[in-house]
Amino acid sequence: MNFLLRVWRQPNAKARGKLVDYEARDISPNTSFLEMLDILNDNLLGRGEEPIAFDSDCREGICGTCSLTINGEAHGPDHPAAVCELYMRKFRDRATITIEPFRVRSFPIVKDLVIDRRALDRIVQAGGFISARAGSAPEANSIPVPKHDADLAMEAAACIGCGACAAACPNGSAMLFTAAKVSHLSLLPQGNPERVTRVLKMVQVMDAEGFGNCTNTYECEAVCPAEISASFIAKLNREYARASLRRSAGE
Amino acid sequence: MIGSLDAKIPHGPLDQKWRSHRDHSRLVSPNNRRKFEIIVVGSGLAGGSAAATLGELGYRVRCFCFQDSPRRAHSIAAQGGINAAKNYQNDGDSLYRLFHDTIKGGDFRSREANVYRLAEVSNQIIDQCVEQGVPFAREYGGLLANRSFGGAQVSRTFYARGQTGQQLLLGCYQALCRQIAAGTVQMFPHTEMLDLVIVDGNAKGIITRSLRSGKIHKHTGDAVVLATGGYGNVFYLSTNARGCNVTATYRAYKKGALFANPSFTQIHPTCIPQSGEHQSKLTLMSESLRNDGRVWVPKRKEDRSKPPGQISETERDYYLERKYPSYGNLAPRDISSRAAKEVCDEGRGVGPGGRGVYLDFADAIKRLGENVIRERYGNLFEVYEKITGEDAYKVPMRIYPAVHYTMGGLWVDYNLMSNVPGLFVIGEANFSDHGANRLGASALMQGLADGYFILPYTLPNYLAGQMNKRPSADSPEFQKAESEVRARIKKMLDIDGKRSLDSIHRELGLLLWDKCGMSRHAKGLREALQKLSELREAFWREVRVPGNDEDFNQSLERAGRVADFLEFADLMCTDALARNESCGAHFREEHQTPEGEALRDDEKHAAVFAWEFQGDGQLASPKLHREPLHFETVHLTQRSYK
Repeated sequence: MNFLLRVWRQPNAKARGKLVDYEARDISPNTSFLEMLDILNDNLLGRGEEPIAFDSDCREGICGTCSLTINGEAHGPDHPAAVCELYMRKFRDRATITIEPFRVRSFPIVKDLVIDRRALDRIVQAGGFISARAGSAPEANSIPVPKHDADLAMEAAACIGCGACAAACPNGSAMLFTAAKVSHLSLLPQGNPERVTRVLKMVQVMDAEGFGNCTNTYECEAVCPAEISASFIAKLNREYARASLRRSAGE
Repeated sequence: MIGSLDAKIPHGPLDQKWRSHRDHSRLVSPNNRRKFEIIVVGSGLAGGSAAATLGELGYRVRCFCFQDSPRRAHSIAAQGGINAAKNYQNDGDSLYRLFHDTIKGGDFRSREANVYRLAEVSNQIIDQCVEQGVPFAREYGGLLANRSFGGAQVSRTFYARGQTGQQLLLGCYQALCRQIAAGTVQMFPHTEMLDLVIVDGNAKGIITRSLRSGKIHKHTGDAVVLATGGYGNVFYLSTNARGCNVTATYRAYKKGALFANPSFTQIHPTCIPQSGEHQSKLTLMSESLRNDGRVWVPKRKEDRSKPPGQISETERDYYLERKYPSYGNLAPRDISSRAAKEVCDEGRGVGPGGRGVYLDFADAIKRLGENVIRERYGNLFEVYEKITGEDAYKVPMRIYPAVHYTMGGLWVDYNLMSNVPGLFVIGEANFSDHGANRLGASALMQGLADGYFILPYTLPNYLAGQMNKRPSADSPEFQKAESEVRARIKKMLDIDGKRSLDSIHRELGLLLWDKCGMSRHAKGLREALQKLSELREAFWREVRVPGNDEDFNQSLERAGRVADFLEFADLMCTDALARNESCGAHFREEHQTPEGEALRDDEKHAAVFAWEFQGDGQLASPKLHREPLHFETVHLTQRSYK
């Protein structure tokens, strides 16, 4: 297969970027999208040009490192999947493919297609944890957790932290990311003691990092490689309202 | 320079060693802990849990990872589960059985005392993870569920769908985040360790390069903890993440730390077969699939191209069930992998190139229904469909072995300290607990055991004697290490050849897979050593590393890692050649039983092989130190899963 690629090139955070055209030739349909970029980079290297910088690590959809917007869609057309799980057989031969980084104000570009997502780490640092000192835990089966709650917590906890939700959102909102962590921990009895402070602090930092608000577009859910449901955003809102009321009632 | 290796195993009965060792280890008082700076390299299960726990205790920790966030360490990709001796299933499990299975699974090439301790802390790990909010699978009554895994006849594996590693890692990432917020841990993402600094014989710091800015930094500390994972990517194609590398441990080796059993690499039996030459990695299908999937190939090689549905039951060879009736499809990894290679070598392999065997769920779907299978393995079936375009509910999966884990690593004593005082090595980066073959669901257990429950006890024992001994970053040792790192980077950028890094790395991988993979023999290993030196020369002559060092430069990152792999491969082959026996994953064709199983030589080789660096160049071959393994409790037998 052959493709015309339009790739975002930007030497560093401060420089201006632009789309540059490249051709990818003789690509097998069983090549993954990132392997196609590897091949292109090999060719660029052979021509003495600088390879395209892009991030990836596990290449099996779990580490959340890859962060490409393909033809305007975060992670490309094959939802639910991260870019590394996308194969060229999903494209038409001789298609034109535009490749950009995730575009979110809170994720500055490092180089070409590589972005800085430390803002997401800072949201978790604000309270996305259960304070459980190593060595102090009770016996694991001493607190039964209803299977339904544990399963639902797992569905939220499956978030891979890629940031596609924010990239797909017209408001650059990280609500789905934050909601997944708040929901995961508040669904479990172990997360209950910090339930109020957790949601208040995480939402505060989320706002401070410059992420936008949710206006129920559900683009986040549509592109999420881990299939996190937007209903967790409703849960986040409930948790936030509950915590605010408790806080204002002086609890 | 190094005398006999002392593993510092405590005296006394096996089941009291760890307790009495803890009772007699030195402590650091709470008000003194903040005076110590601990460097932790790596943020996976071992590094993340160690950094978080040391932070909780009040030490000042600096944690480094090459990924853009600590949450992306490769532990995240572990699928199947984590073992513990809880015996919740009432099926006869016990601490002793977990210990015994693990030491037998490792083909009697690990230390009794270490493995027993691992089994001892396994239950605490589950308690800790549940308290952190890890959403393990549960029964309808709300209690924890288990499943069985290879190499065991009990169900002792805890799991979170097919994403157990992810959930455990996020548990310790969140604990780490809590400490970062509390100010006890300072996190350095996108940062790579390029050298270890030793002052007065003690590990006192590291040299790092920020991958984002290219800046070189000197970090001083009172102790250095390496939790940098395994070196499976030396084979180019493996199930490891693209970034996994040997650089940190190899540089420590070049600074005097011993490297133990480097040839012990695990080839995992259930991976998706390679489909093309540009493939960048292989994808694992969790071993848990073997609970319900049946492995087979056609009996006759003429049938290998037939669609599987047209091959009748009587024409199929369920070779694992046939050869190992009591474990069947749950035979350990090394044995299952070799069996797959054997049937493919006989020409009965399926799929493109004939390097594949079927993993068939038809019986399980008939017995349990598609919904149950979907609930158990749904996400794995989806991954398989994405990569191959095939629906495994309808046609059997095709699988083939791939490099997955490395049992070898830096040598450590019972305290997880290397022969270099102050250098601790935890998780996959050390060699300690899995012997010559790791059992499924044991890697997660070991990583977390080291980080949460062992290092926090053994590190203070060292630190107590190190008060106010942290050197300045301006000391000559740091200056020298920094200038060496800079010179090496410049040397790589100056090569100015034409060849791409990947082409050299791929060639290295093929060579090792062929000569030092699932089976090895002396002649092949000697050929490999010869070719490796040619390949190293080719690297330093022909490779092209574009860009500069003051910038985000992924080619430069990779060049450093490939250069280290090329040297390290020599050590692997040297070790494989020196170990004149077969054991676990190390299968020397010259040493096998009439049935083709691994034939150990306990008289001569019941030992850890630990290698000391003797300088660069052909003449300076590494020096072998042997640590004899003493078995006081278990009886050495030929491993049988029949």
